[in-house]
Amino acid sequence: MLSARDLSCRRGGRPLFAGIGFSVEPGQLLFVRGRNGCGKTTLLRAICGLTELESGHVYLNGEDIRKLDDSARADIVYVGHRDAVKDEFTPLENLAVHQGLRGERHDETRCLDTLEEVGLAGYEDVPVRFLSQGQRRRTALARLLLSSSPLWVLDEPLTALDTGAVDWLLDRLNKHLAQGGLAVTTSHQTFDGLHEANCLDLS
Amino acid sequence: MSSRRIPWLTFAAPRNFHLLVQVLVPWLAGVAVLLAIAGLYTGFFVAPPDYQQGNSYRIMFIHVPAAWMGMFLYLLMAMYAVIHLVWRIRLADVMARSLAPTGALMTFMALWTGALWGAPTWGTYWVWDARLTSTLILLFLYLGYMALRATVDDRESGGRAASLLALVGAINVPIIYFSVEWWHTLHQGMSVTLTSAPTMAPSMFAALLLMTGACWLYCAAITLRRAQVQVLEDEADAQWVRDLLQPPTAESARTAEDPAGTIREEGHS
Amino acid sequence: MWRSLWTLVRRDISLIVMRRQDVLTVVAFFVIVTTLFPLAVGPEPEILRALAPGGVWVAAALASLISLDRLFADDWRDGTLEQIVLGRQPLPLVALGKITAHWLSLGLPLVVISPLLGYSLGLRGFELAVLAWSLALGTPVLSLLGATGAALMLGVRAGGALMALLVLPLYVPVLVIGSGAVNEAMHQAGPYAHLSLLGAMLAIALPLAPLAVAGALRISLD
Repeated sequence: MLSARDLSCRRGGRPLFAGIGFSVEPGQLLFVRGRNGCGKTTLLRAICGLTELESGHVYLNGEDIRKLDDSARADIVYVGHRDAVKDEFTPLENLAVHQGLRGERHDETRCLDTLEEVGLAGYEDVPVRFLSQGQRRRTALARLLLSSSPLWVLDEPLTALDTGAVDWLLDRLNKHLAQGGLAVTTSHQTFDGLHEANCLDLS
Repeated sequence: MSSRRIPWLTFAAPRNFHLLVQVLVPWLAGVAVLLAIAGLYTGFFVAPPDYQQGNSYRIMFIHVPAAWMGMFLYLLMAMYAVIHLVWRIRLADVMARSLAPTGALMTFMALWTGALWGAPTWGTYWVWDARLTSTLILLFLYLGYMALRATVDDRESGGRAASLLALVGAINVPIIYFSVEWWHTLHQGMSVTLTSAPTMAPSMFAALLLMTGACWLYCAAITLRRAQVQVLEDEADAQWVRDLLQPPTAESARTAEDPAGTIREEGHS
Repeated sequence: MWRSLWTLVRRDISLIVMRRQDVLTVVAFFVIVTTLFPLAVGPEPEILRALAPGGVWVAAALASLISLDRLFADDWRDGTLEQIVLGRQPLPLVALGKITAHWLSLGLPLVVISPLLGYSLGLRGFELAVLAWSLALGTPVLSLLGATGAALMLGVRAGGALMALLVLPLYVPVLVIGSGAVNEAMHQAGPYAHLSLLGAMLAIALPLAPLAVAGALRISLD
């Protein structure tokens, strides 16, 4: 489970948020809401352990997120605003690099299957710079399916996706939660058809 | 928690620091002025002319303390940077930041007075003397630190970035000095070495000591004052700063009874 | 862990190979800066020969500086750096891996082409070998030092000039010892003391600089 107590953050001498706390059980989704500039992305990055907060700690299964050992860090998969997709590489190569960085063995059939599922069949070998924004985003989201990480952290996952892809993502998210996974997400759009969404209002 | 029990960390708390500086600075500045007067008098009127350089050597009483302070302040700044990086004490960052302009000024003064001294002694304002060159590089290190500081918008992460730079620079300082020394001996042809008489007249030495003391105290005073202003700026929202700026009147006494309300208002602004 | 590191190095090299023009740009910059010296100073062989070690070394240091601009910037911009930090390998090792890949693809070409430039400025035989050797030992140190600056500069407005101000003072020792080695070789003295010093600098920078780079990356990502 994921929990946090008394998180606060200042940016540029201005308090961004303060006194944030939550707890997410397996099978639950935490939905972070708020207007632009209220610190949604910062909070999500803090949950991954990327950002250091002014006070407070985030715990994953009782361990401080900033002090996780290497294997525990593999329990988190993060798809951020900046989607970590290299323009020069093809979707397939991007996934291969991603697997390598996570210390997993490259599994080409699994990567191909995943790409087919996210709707990139036929584009596996086209460099990403020739693909559309939506297809690029799908390449990034394909990472979710490759790993068996229990915690998904998704920053604005619906950006640039068409309705078909949105439905697909929500479906996958539901499956992930049904299997006892955890997820934290933000979005401007409302998520329909998601069960057990805890909302956290930042503003 | 345990840090509260260490007495010397008492002054890392912004409020205590402010009170300490408030008491210290007038004394430091006052003694600095006295020492400077004594040092300048000794340097100009008591110390005898140099047997080689005549009276031009007297600029040494500003040049040498400035050069020492330039180097010393950089190391001090790096020390505060390490404290800031390791123990995350904000005040250490404020101190490092406040030291930089003074250190740069001292280094610049050392170069400037060095050039003025060089004109009568070496016949030129600038030679690529080892010490001049490494002092120039030291000035660049200061400028880099201040430029990085000024460019990063977020004070918190900008402070840590600058601290890291100061640390890397400090590790490099001895290597730079050594390599410049080496570089200079390689090019013996143009070397003009500055050999002051090994035995210094006692009055010269006294003047040098007095001026060094004055310089040191001046640097301490101005740095502490700058740090104090910085602390007040950072803590502008805190209650103790408001009390300081507006002596308690009837109105602020009323808000003091309802601190929660004040803080809420603050959070929205 | 080693697998992910290997992936990273291979990825970086293949990215740079895909952007061949980057390598060419850096090499061309190196050549052009060196060419400026004779144009500015005049064609007298004696003067050029005296300037050669310093000229080639200054050009190499500047080329190394501009090549470092993109060491972390691309990965930072598209979010890959976040994924790398979240990955399973220690960040100093990642930094070392990236610097190695960077030097292999952008530093090594400078070393390879340097004898040609040295020759054009009037260095001969043994001096050329010393020039290449000094650059082979020195440019990795430049990359290691410059990487710290590059990591600190991520997300900072007005990058280039500030980066030069931060990094070039740190380059001074390498520049002095590196061109000193060639100078010694020109004056019939053994360059081995200088080359050993360069080796010592590399040995010191190799374990320490990645730590500083890792710290800088954490700060920049924060």
